[in-house]
Amino acid sequence: MTKNWWKWLGSVLVIYSLIAGLLWDVPHLPILHESIRNLYFHVPMWFTMIVLYLIAVLYSIKYLRSGNEKYDLVAVESVNTGIVFGFLGILTGMIWGNYTWGSPWPNDPKLNGAAITTLVYLAYIVLRNAIDEEQKKARISAIYNIFAFPVMIVLLFILPRLTDSLHPGNGGNPGFGRYDLDRNMRLVFYPACIGWILVGVWIATLRYRIRLIETILTAHKS
Amino acid sequence: MEILKQIKFLIEKEIKLEWRSKYAFSSLLLYLISTIFVCYLSFRQVSPITWNVLFWIIMLFVSINAVSKGFMQEGRDRQLYYYVLTSPQAIILSKIIYHTLLLLLLTAIALLFYTLVFNNPLGDPGLYLVAALLGSISFASVLTMISGIAAKASNGGTLMAILSFPVIIPLLMVLLKLSKNAMDGLDRSMSYNEISVLVLINTMVITASLLLFPYLWRD
Repeated sequence: MTKNWWKWLGSVLVIYSLIAGLLWDVPHLPILHESIRNLYFHVPMWFTMIVLYLIAVLYSIKYLRSGNEKYDLVAVESVNTGIVFGFLGILTGMIWGNYTWGSPWPNDPKLNGAAITTLVYLAYIVLRNAIDEEQKKARISAIYNIFAFPVMIVLLFILPRLTDSLHPGNGGNPGFGRYDLDRNMRLVFYPACIGWILVGVWIATLRYRIRLIETILTAHKS
Repeated sequence: MEILKQIKFLIEKEIKLEWRSKYAFSSLLLYLISTIFVCYLSFRQVSPITWNVLFWIIMLFVSINAVSKGFMQEGRDRQLYYYVLTSPQAIILSKIIYHTLLLLLLTAIALLFYTLVFNNPLGDPGLYLVAALLGSISFASVLTMISGIAAKASNGGTLMAILSFPVIIPLLMVLLKLSKNAMDGLDRSMSYNEISVLVLINTMVITASLLLFPYLWRD
């Protein structure tokens, strides 16, 4: 119980954000209307994805420094979970965009950035499958993971600010927090972000532990 | 200063090797010219925006082809030999510099031939050349490391493309914007943002290559 407090916190916050996000009062704005509630679900997906990819890069660096294959497993499973959250983020965004911008995929630098980021990590998975030798696979894919990360940062955080974007906070648009996010929304939005990040990390740790048991079992068999 | 000497020596070696097997370079050149000619025969006439985009897409594919053989053509035993003689940083830097020179030459020839078949007025030719220069450096720095990674895996050719595309797209987008500014002849102060982002990405990529290549090298 004392060790798992963050798992409890994560689940409670996610359940709270589901109930409060769907039932509480939200500001009534033109175009957005009730779809503003998607803020509680769409944005936390991206935060969770970025946190998971960050964990993957940190563990890839740790792997290269130590050569301990457990670190490599953490990196892979963080990437696997991160890709799922990335797809969920794209999906929630497409539904939202369909109702507010009139198209599920308008030409927007953030959308394209998100799609390319997903391509980077799919390429990472393909690279892993292309190498047979276990240690070589771990080393080469860790190198690619670290190499691609700085470019991804530029793609997601610098390029959208240089061009016009439909997203708030880019290309001269004011951020969401400026006038849309009132006190009530903050009370749901921040807990939702923390909750989803904790749940995402929890899923990744579960996958890592399953993977670890599998590798031990296959090592025993052979 | 030891490392500078090594880099100079390694670049000389690369150029000598290239000179000895002239067919490799001439096949690249033929690839470039025929791609441009195929585009010319299929498009005949293009709008200025398409002109710019088409040029960079041709350069992207030519660069991937030019750089991908960088690590694959050298056998395992020869790489082991370099490993004994020089530091890994010298090897990756010399490869990046050599590929930059190669791509600069190819870009210059491409630009010449491309403007010959598709004539398109350039608003600011000087800035367009700067864009071409930055493009060659960026392609060389990203693709050299990726080709090193792809060479370690089986079926490196396809892998090279899927590993490099996502990393190179941000560069390509900034390059397209910069060269479009140059083509439209906008005031140069409008392009400082793009130039600084390109310099930033290149610095990051080269630093990452220097830090990561020793791990890639160790086999």
